[in-house]
Amino acid sequence: MLNIKNLHASVGGEEILKGINLEIKAGEIHAIMGPNGSGKSTLSQVLAGSETFEVTEGEVTFNGENLLDLETEERAREGVFLAFQYPVEIPGVSNLQFLRTAVNSMRGHRGEPEMNAAEFMKHAREVSMQVDLDPAFLKRGVNEGFSGGEKKRNEILQALLLQPKLAILDETDSGLDIDALHVVSDGVNALRAKDRAILMVTHYQRLLNHIVPDYVHVLADGKIVKSGGRELAYELEERGYGWLNVKDKEATAS
Amino acid sequence: MATTDKEVNELVKQEYEHGFVTDIESDTFEPGLNEDVIARLSGIKKEPEWMLEWRLKAYRRWLEMDEPNWAQVGYPKIDYNSISYYSAPKRKEDMLQSLDEVDPELLKTYEKLGIPLHEREQMAGVAVDAVFDSVSIATTFKEPLAKAGVIFCSMSEAIQDHPELVKKYLGSVVPSGDNFFAGLNSAVFSDGTFVYIPKGVRCPMELSTYFRINAANTGQFERTLIIAEDSSYVSYLEGCTAPMRDENQLHAAVVELVALDDAQIKYSTVQNWYPGDENGKGGIFNFVTKRGAAIGKNSKISWTQVETGSAVTWKYPSVILRGDNSVGEFYSVALTNNYQQADTGTKMIHLGRNTSSTIISKGISASNGSNAYRGLVKFGPGAEGARNFTQCDSLLIGDRCGAHTFPYIESKNKSGIIEHEATTSKVSDEQMFLCRQRGINPEQAVSMIVNGFCKEVFKELPMEFAVEAGKLLEVSLEGSVG
Ligand SMILES: Nc1ncnc2c1ncn2[C@@H]1O[C@H](COP(=O)(O)OP(=O)(O)OP(=O)(O)O)[C@@H](O)[C@H]1O
Ligand SMILES: [Mg+2]
Repeated sequence: MLNIKNLHASVGGEEILKGINLEIKAGEIHAIMGPNGSGKSTLSQVLAGSETFEVTEGEVTFNGENLLDLETEERAREGVFLAFQYPVEIPGVSNLQFLRTAVNSMRGHRGEPEMNAAEFMKHAREVSMQVDLDPAFLKRGVNEGFSGGEKKRNEILQALLLQPKLAILDETDSGLDIDALHVVSDGVNALRAKDRAILMVTHYQRLLNHIVPDYVHVLADGKIVKSGGRELAYELEERGYGWLNVKDKEATAS
Repeated sequence: MATTDKEVNELVKQEYEHGFVTDIESDTFEPGLNEDVIARLSGIKKEPEWMLEWRLKAYRRWLEMDEPNWAQVGYPKIDYNSISYYSAPKRKEDMLQSLDEVDPELLKTYEKLGIPLHEREQMAGVAVDAVFDSVSIATTFKEPLAKAGVIFCSMSEAIQDHPELVKKYLGSVVPSGDNFFAGLNSAVFSDGTFVYIPKGVRCPMELSTYFRINAANTGQFERTLIIAEDSSYVSYLEGCTAPMRDENQLHAAVVELVALDDAQIKYSTVQNWYPGDENGKGGIFNFVTKRGAAIGKNSKISWTQVETGSAVTWKYPSVILRGDNSVGEFYSVALTNNYQQADTGTKMIHLGRNTSSTIISKGISASNGSNAYRGLVKFGPGAEGARNFTQCDSLLIGDRCGAHTFPYIESKNKSGIIEHEATTSKVSDEQMFLCRQRGINPEQAVSMIVNGFCKEVFKELPMEFAVEAGKLLEVSLEGSVG
């Protein structure tokens, strides 16, 4: 489904991704772990089409198509979804209106009729209950004044509404209390499907107890330095990143 | 997270929707302004002697006045002798009896603008006065309004039919010597709308005036006067458009509102004059004086404006809070795109006891637009217990535009409370990325973000127009993202 070859990306002349190779097949779940500042969010955002970063080398194909040729919104309509590590607020725009506009953009792209306000409201309420988010949040501005955990649940709500083919979850588990972690993992497991791939960025192997990945990769200083199965996460939990001989960016800088 | 300010350039070049010209025969004065021109104008309108005297007095005063230059706007010097001061579509009769006599070409024009004037297609619940260049060509729903005792007619008719009211109130809120543009308007105003709501009457429908500038090199100088007697209520809306022309055109209107005891006037504007092209060529100079006098106790005047058009806007709808417990409100959305400039705001002059005012101003600048909020809150010595709340928010789209706020406060009474909040924000790259990542087009994303920003103001608009205003913003913003 997703094939990343020798991907390099930089911002302001500084190279952040230094040759990423990764293949993800439909139905698989891949976890990416790695030290702070190693480029996990950068990789997620580059795949989703952020214009902050410049791709300087490499290729990415998504279901056979050159992903890097597509505009951000086109990638989204093709089924690439990013749950943000730091979701932004859009004051005054109701969550409901935002979500309906998004869902209808996707439907329009697939040649399906738009969902009217009443239909959508009903559907969105059901899904918000599923992620344990009070439907009252649908009326509030997008992420406006949401707590950290509420923002994360709102991201999962969006994933469930948009039903992407590739869901990239950037630290959707961080900042969650224990109950919320269950809710979010259940949401992610609900997304799990034969024709869908999930790429999750996380720092905690405990999430991987709830959502069992097929592969675990370690990203360090812009490169994937180790890949393995579920057991790699335990090893990392025990030993940290030091044994992999990776430089911790922050540590070397200070 | 650091972001790079990405260059905002033009993606779509949207034509101004109302830019067409109506091909119609008109009686148009030669350009130029002097006492003879004013006498001729007054003569054509068969005005009484006192009206001509009033105009001439204003004109002589205007000659002594200087054009204001303190606003945050720049425009080439206007040659007041190169403007024509009167242009009206030709017609057989002097006074219109019914819509059947209106030139079909004119009816078509208004239809195209979305304002059908024919009885069968009229907008339900909204009465319209249609002003075309210098004259009012039709007023709808006159009869049902008359039954309620409401007078809704053109200013020219009011001068003929209700001289006592016009004499009493014209210039009572905005005297002809008030400022340069008001002085000019007093001398040469050609038409406009007159509204009178008698004591205890709640006007049974929305009243509105639709202003259209058509003729080239013509100024539009309309005059609106609304009087709400004790315990009455009226909601009034004005809309405006003009053809696309390379030359700038002058629009200098005066609006006066008078609210007596317990009366309420809600005045909304959706201003969409031609803004000029994307290089700043052409467009309307919109220099307008709007003021309400909340004379009566417990009276209330609200201004709501959505300003998306005009090359240059200079406009400060104000309220003089004279009556005890009177209330003044100002809700404004001003958008400047391309090379548009707006210097707008309000004045709340508190004179009576326990008077209160609210100011909510939303300025949006895109491309090279410049947007200034200028507001004065003044508490007079007698304004015991006065209160004001001001909130000024600016939203920037891209990094070539500008926003400025000039809040002035003068308090001569220690018991008053003034609260002021101001924010400046940008449509951020992160917000755009979020919207686009969810499959939303950049244009739709900007319009959604801007609409969210304006929500507090839009909810003050009459229902029928809130949707319209949202769409208008969308059109006006097109071409602002890339
Ligand atoms: N917009 C930007 N401008 C400049 N530098 C940036 C920008 N975005 C990211 N970086 C830098 O790129 C590097 C990788 O950042 P990234 O956010 O991808 O790390 P991460 O692996 O997600 O870290 P964390 O675990 O803390 O979320 C960091 O050194 C960061 O400072
Ligand atoms: Mg990160």
